[in-house]
Amino acid sequence: MSEPVFELEVLRYRPEADEDPVFQAYTVPYNEDWVVLDALNHIKDNIDRTLSFRWSCHMAVCGSCGMMINGEPKLSCHAFLRDYYPDKVRVEPLSNFPIERDLVTVADDFMEKLASVKPYVIAKEDRPVNAGEHLQSPAELKTFKQYTMCINCMLCYAACPQISLAPEFVGPAALALAHRYNLDTRDSGREQRQEIAASNEGVWDCTFVGACSQVCPKSVDPAAAIQQTKIASTVDWYKALLSPWGK
Amino acid sequence: MDVKASDVVIIGAGGAGLRAAIAVAEADPDLSIALTSKVYPMRSHTVAAEGGAAAVIKDNDSLENHFNDTVTGGDWLCDQDAVELFINEAPNELIRMEHWGCPWSREPSGHVAVRPFGGMKVERTWYAADKTGFHMLHTLFQTSLKYPSIERLDEYYATDLIIEDGHCRGVVAIEMRSGQVRVLAANAVIIATGGAGRIFPFTTNGAINTGDGMALAYRAGVPLKDMEFIQYHPTGLPRTGILITEGARGEGGILVDKDGYRYLQDYGLGPPDPWPRKKAMELGPRDRLSQAFWHQQRAGKTIATPDGDVVHLDIRHLGEKKINERLPMVRELASSYMGVDPVHAPIPVQPVVHYMMGGIHTDINAATPLAGLFAAGECACVSINGANRLGSNSLTETLVFGAKAGRGAVDYIRSGGRNGTSTAVEKQAEDARSRIVALFHKTDGKETVTGLRKEMNEIMEWGAGIYRDEASLKETCETIGKLRERYAAVQLEDRSNVYNTDLLQVLELGCMLDVAHAVAHSALNRRESRGSHQRLDMTERDDESSLKHTLTYHGGPDEPRLDYLDVVITKSQPGERVYGGAAS
Repeated sequence: MSEPVFELEVLRYRPEADEDPVFQAYTVPYNEDWVVLDALNHIKDNIDRTLSFRWSCHMAVCGSCGMMINGEPKLSCHAFLRDYYPDKVRVEPLSNFPIERDLVTVADDFMEKLASVKPYVIAKEDRPVNAGEHLQSPAELKTFKQYTMCINCMLCYAACPQISLAPEFVGPAALALAHRYNLDTRDSGREQRQEIAASNEGVWDCTFVGACSQVCPKSVDPAAAIQQTKIASTVDWYKALLSPWGK
Repeated sequence: MDVKASDVVIIGAGGAGLRAAIAVAEADPDLSIALTSKVYPMRSHTVAAEGGAAAVIKDNDSLENHFNDTVTGGDWLCDQDAVELFINEAPNELIRMEHWGCPWSREPSGHVAVRPFGGMKVERTWYAADKTGFHMLHTLFQTSLKYPSIERLDEYYATDLIIEDGHCRGVVAIEMRSGQVRVLAANAVIIATGGAGRIFPFTTNGAINTGDGMALAYRAGVPLKDMEFIQYHPTGLPRTGILITEGARGEGGILVDKDGYRYLQDYGLGPPDPWPRKKAMELGPRDRLSQAFWHQQRAGKTIATPDGDVVHLDIRHLGEKKINERLPMVRELASSYMGVDPVHAPIPVQPVVHYMMGGIHTDINAATPLAGLFAAGECACVSINGANRLGSNSLTETLVFGAKAGRGAVDYIRSGGRNGTSTAVEKQAEDARSRIVALFHKTDGKETVTGLRKEMNEIMEWGAGIYRDEASLKETCETIGKLRERYAAVQLEDRSNVYNTDLLQVLELGCMLDVAHAVAHSALNRRESRGSHQRLDMTERDDESSLKHTLTYHGGPDEPRLDYLDVVITKSQPGERVYGGAAS
């Protein structure tokens, strides 16, 4: 009996040679412990040295290897062949990003959006190191911990219907990150972040489809972060409206 | 050629590189910083560190304890002045991380929580569940966005250091998206490129850990130090090499052989009770635990699997709640990649190459012997890790010495570090570019990256693994030497300029071969057993002749030249490493 094999159709795009992206078929040995990334590395090492893709940790934490696998955004190091076999899979670069080469996307826009929400502690005043640690209870940590788990894999941007319609939308991961710092007891920067987060390109651009949370490999639930930010922003608005009469 | 001038160029944007960049930005906001890396900062391998970062913070602990645990763990090969500086700075650095937002796990009181790690007298490992490296890396990356003077050059691959009149003047690098070769001129350069675990076939290290920065410095005449010391982590998942954190044992996990027996008690680490006991049994140091596996395997007491022999790491008795709270990633990784849910079944594990104690020779200020060149993190050897690194010192090391390197670079520039570009810089950059162009033009190469890499991996594991001897090391030296010759005939198959990972792998393989060469020769010439360097033919530590650091100088196409440097001993005279019941 011949050894079982696994088939992949991989999107190729070499900007210097290809006018348009094309699919290329590859056949690799089938191993039920393999993930799609293992299959791609088998191709790279043994079949086609020109296939390009990003990867590093092979343990779903570095966030490099996000791809569309059968049309779904996935970490290729966490997509097991056994979940597709004996069918073949189609592997494409993440949707909603320009293709740089093959499965490699251009991430500039994502990186700028991350930076735009000021994702760092903005403290009221500098705390000297010799003042020691802040006290933060496990319950306080828990309020934002979930939103610290984002690995910046960009799957949520590939899944988001709004990003494809309105590319200026800040997007799920960046808004969740803003929310993470807003909720942190050590931070006082919410007002500064609201300039972006509560703008038209911020949370109000989200139509709350929730695709981001469905594809998130780390259960960050950016949709919840966006929803909570919307509520908080609405409260801000009412407060501002009422404040002349307040007190 | 395109030249970009900055005050400081940093190669590598993981824990040490980011910390260095922030240190420069804080010391002098007017200095321009080019932070380069072959990957986006969040992809750096710091991300994979799990268990935690050590620093003395609790009243039941002391700096003296941290000092002694580190020096003993390192089998007295650590420089004690460096260790002293390290343990003093460690709490400040971790508190700073706390101020920057790192989500450290907390006690009910709101203070940061600590857990025990192997080889520790008192628990002192700060942790953020079991994703400490991930959280530290993202905290550093996000914090770095605050400083306008830090300009990131993401996905640049550094190929050469530029040196003029004995000063490091910058870097030649390939911009991966365009293939363009650029000169990144600088008044000071910091290397922070991490380890080279990928010279071995079975490693916890990510694909990117190919020793690029070590090779850059080595080729530029800077010695590599103590390269023979390779740490095997005792608990990796079979096949993938995915790390199961020492935190699992810190929380109470046990290691058992095929008979369900806690075999570590047979290797000077017992008695098994009371348990858990610090510095005993499963909380012994990594080198001893990996060596015990090796003996147990030869005694036929391990468990055979299609992916090699394993022992069992059992954490079932911790219960689902504690596992979910303290070790969620362990559960997720074992479930996904092994199909084993550790709440219900023991995890199969085997020793796996994890960390290099050796690296670019620096002084305690992170300065290399080459003026204007600094190094920090795993790529460097200060040395605080000696012959075996204490678990959870490496994350802290990236911070302490990353910051030192950054401040050192600032001081160097202020003291009149050289400025401006020159013809020498242009010439060196042209040479570097023509080497890459030649790779593109070659059509008759008979060697493949895949083939050479496989041969390198196999000989390193076979000849320079957990146990070594004269014959195995001689053969390793010879084989790596031949592979270096054959590397000249490697064929580049992808001729694209855009994100050419074939080119990258060719260049990375060249770096790995140089690093592997240094490892093999250093090991062959260390005629004793110490820490992670264990020889079957010379089983004793020999302080008389070998209490020295190995310095390896690149020999061009020939064998490296070796030299030795005295270890700095200040207050702890070499003694016996005592673990188990006798240590308490």
